[in-house]
Amino acid sequence: MGVDKTLGNNVVTTSLDKLVNWSRSRSLWPLTFGLACCAIEMMATGAARFDLDRFGVIFRASPRQSDCIVIAGTVTKKMLPVIKTVYEQMPEPKYVIAMGACACSGGVFDTYSVVQGVDEALPVDVYIPGCPPRPEGLLYGILKLQEKIMKERNSFGAAIGVGERICQA
Amino acid sequence: MSEHAAVAKLKGKFPDTVLDVVEFRGETTITVKKENIVEICSFMKKDLGYNFLCDLCGVDYLGKSPRFMVVYNIYNIATKDRLRLKVPVEESDVRVDTVSGVWGTANWHERECWDLMGISFNNHPDLRRILMAADWEGHPLRKDYPLQGPGREPYQGRHK
Repeated sequence: MGVDKTLGNNVVTTSLDKLVNWSRSRSLWPLTFGLACCAIEMMATGAARFDLDRFGVIFRASPRQSDCIVIAGTVTKKMLPVIKTVYEQMPEPKYVIAMGACACSGGVFDTYSVVQGVDEALPVDVYIPGCPPRPEGLLYGILKLQEKIMKERNSFGAAIGVGERICQA
Repeated sequence: MSEHAAVAKLKGKFPDTVLDVVEFRGETTITVKKENIVEICSFMKKDLGYNFLCDLCGVDYLGKSPRFMVVYNIYNIATKDRLRLKVPVEESDVRVDTVSGVWGTANWHERECWDLMGISFNNHPDLRRILMAADWEGHPLRKDYPLQGPGREPYQGRHK
């Protein structure tokens, strides 16, 4: 009696992956961090009318407690080292949302002082176009990020030190 | 239109330094030599009552000589009177004496002017960059500074 053959690793890890992915994607805590006018739209998304809290998205005031960073606004070359530092302070796994035309590509600011897209420095997961994007746009981007997190493989294994987390595009 | 009252007083006090006086739509602009700008400014403040430096900025007339101008927009709060002083600066000697001892606010304005225009100020207490990053090279508001930065191909217009 009993289980004479162990279950295949993939059965167990797959289900744990789902559990981990589900809990991660449904408690996506972004860093309270705004750079320009997109940040106003991000605040509106967090406020009562659009209410990010219903997706488990709660802004945290410390990078140490955050899972994702929303680059909401123009990234200047002077600000880039600050953003990098804050990003490095966040614990793994961490995600980056580039919100608005400036964070995606530099936008209209094709000048000496502006970084032409934050993806020159950080690995961006979701790009949200718009100038600024409406709160619905940011919500859609966050839902897309949740979908992306749900597709990750070996997230539990990576958490206990077995192998790497596999992310699908 | 009669000449601004301050012009005659300035000419009386510093006869050789006033280069040009322009009056346009009620605004008076006095161009003076840069050598005794500090004495002129303290005269304007202490004797003529221009106790507020609204703005201090640099202008780049690329291709002309002198290439740069430093512009002082001053204001008399008591009489609500405005005046503009301009100082030509040669490209070969891009430095002016600081007026931060006259108006304290000139300190940061001169830092900005140096940061973006590359006009240096003698005897300035703290001449650091104020807007650009501390390790920035060059002065981006100069007309010969490439708009998209030195490391990039300049914009050529839309591809056809």
